[in-house]
Amino acid sequence: MPFKMEPRQEVSRTVVYATPVLAVLLTVISGYFLFLCLGLSPATTLYHFLISPTLTFYGWSELCVKAGPLVLIATGLAIGFRANVWNIGAEGQLTFGAIGAGGIALAFWNESGLWILPLMCLAGILGGMIYGAIPALLKTRFGVSEILTSLMLTYVSTLGLGILVYGPWRDPQGFNFPQTRMFTDSSLLPLILDGTRMHVGILVTLAISLAAWILMTRTIAGFQVKVVGEAPAAARFAGFSRNRTIWMSFLVSGAGAGLAGTFEAAGPVGQLVPHLTPGYGFTAIIVAFLGRLHPIGIIVAGFLMAISYNGGEIAQVEDRLPQAATGVFQGMLLFYLLACDFLSRYRLRRISARREVTPS
Amino acid sequence: MIDESIVHISSAVISASTPLLFAATGELIVERSGVLNLGVEGMMLMGAVTGFATTVTTGSPVLGILAAAAAGAALSLVFAVLTLTLMANQVATGLALTIFGIGISALLGSGFVGQPVPALPKLDIPVLSTLPVIGPVLFGQDGLVYLSVVMTAGSAWFLKRTHTGMKLRAIGESAQSAHSLGLPVIRMRYLATLYGGAAAGLGGAFLSLSYTPMWMEGMTSGRGWIALALVVFGSWRPWRVLAGAYLFGGVTILQLHAQGVVHLPAQVFSMLPYLATIAVLTAISAGPWRGRLTAPADLGKPFRPPV
Repeated sequence: MPFKMEPRQEVSRTVVYATPVLAVLLTVISGYFLFLCLGLSPATTLYHFLISPTLTFYGWSELCVKAGPLVLIATGLAIGFRANVWNIGAEGQLTFGAIGAGGIALAFWNESGLWILPLMCLAGILGGMIYGAIPALLKTRFGVSEILTSLMLTYVSTLGLGILVYGPWRDPQGFNFPQTRMFTDSSLLPLILDGTRMHVGILVTLAISLAAWILMTRTIAGFQVKVVGEAPAAARFAGFSRNRTIWMSFLVSGAGAGLAGTFEAAGPVGQLVPHLTPGYGFTAIIVAFLGRLHPIGIIVAGFLMAISYNGGEIAQVEDRLPQAATGVFQGMLLFYLLACDFLSRYRLRRISARREVTPS
Repeated sequence: MIDESIVHISSAVISASTPLLFAATGELIVERSGVLNLGVEGMMLMGAVTGFATTVTTGSPVLGILAAAAAGAALSLVFAVLTLTLMANQVATGLALTIFGIGISALLGSGFVGQPVPALPKLDIPVLSTLPVIGPVLFGQDGLVYLSVVMTAGSAWFLKRTHTGMKLRAIGESAQSAHSLGLPVIRMRYLATLYGGAAAGLGGAFLSLSYTPMWMEGMTSGRGWIALALVVFGSWRPWRVLAGAYLFGGVTILQLHAQGVVHLPAQVFSMLPYLATIAVLTAISAGPWRGRLTAPADLGKPFRPPV
């Protein structure tokens, strides 16, 4: 073998930031062949899928609407992922948060006032945190895998939302459709720009991203999380508590997901319906990894995923591309990303006949 | 009359348990080799759609079942290459496998939604299947049900009684030591992962060909994850995993029957299998059995042979 794989002395930062670009490129190439196999014209479909969503101002505003919740959830998840705490039930925390916020909106349906929205946000955040606290408690007290419990709870919360919107919370004037009343103006997020669906929640998300960036890079708490994840032994010696990190990860990511659920219910959806999102809680996992678990990277990754949603819808209309193609794209992207990560930790070296000193 | 309903319910329990048993018994071998593949849900869906599509297209359930196993294995090969050769994080890759599997199965199956499929032939075992009650329940099932039990027995025998099984366990306990002893760590982990994928594929095929003979997007609805929990529940031992799978099949059927009796929203009952999974996982991790939880020591830890 003329080449050999060898571990890099230290993880190359250039490669770390280059891998997402490479992964996107490989995904697009694979997408080309996927569309070819589906009997579509690949170039046109790719154009609709990737370029069309970004051509108009309204298109960009819609990307913001989709990227918002993804970024908000992923920012919270990234903190846990850094510490090797695997909250994969963000979708459940989102749903539970939305139930909390929706409950407030419906309880004060006849009222109006500026206090309703903040109260909804609070309920949403608390809902997400409470729902995130269950796996955290089971993990820290009994050592139950947080991966399995957080995922199981997602199914439970979706069914729970179903009970409410098919039952007691169903709109009495809704012709028996499984949905609640439309929220009133006091419980809807104000729009930033007329003619778009961009709401105040997006600005809040942006502020939270910046705050998370500062938290992770400039504070001891952020440092602890990193150490617990990357060097558990060192963290133990330094007295950083693993349990506290688990709790913090779940509470923060639960809060983010719960707030995202609130923003969805009080934003673009405007009511509670059985399936509030097209799986933002799961896609956010990809967003977190694609964004390198970095708050700013996550914003870029969030927009890319938003393109895959909106582009998928355009290609569905224009080229009759099945809706599932979006999920395939997202999955492929994560595969390629994980594969490319190899390059940041290992490098290929030519094995020459001469012995050489490895430069450090 | 009572006999009939016992037969009916017991058969239903067995049917509901079989997909879980396939997936869990496969994942058991994977985890015993030290690999944690969280993509069971995705591989089951792949198996379900491939098995269904192949059976509808060719008219042969046997081909369908083989194709399902192959599809599950193919998807697990992606996982193996990423985690075993390219050293990617096993948790993240497993999640990617599930997300990808949900998407690709929906894409492949979009033309097959709502189509009928010929039911799997029942494999009546002569004489025994004519016994009252026990006969139709234990000896009148379709071939896949027997296969799932045979695979469980095979796993138990393989792990405990064969030389290769012992090597596999050694690799799962300490890849480093196994490697120093000259055992082919990576090759065995590859094979174990492929077997797990094929088994998950079979579980999916049973779902789409026998349990509910049709194809629907995301039709596994969390069974892959429950299978993962069953491996923990069975403390990585084949017969206990079988007991767990039948217990969960029981819960599934129980909640279906309870819906007709107790008047609560249907969703309350549908929650039961998921809540039961959480309860059981907690009980097994917290209870007096705790010390006997025998997770393979190297489960989920990446290993790269030094060059």
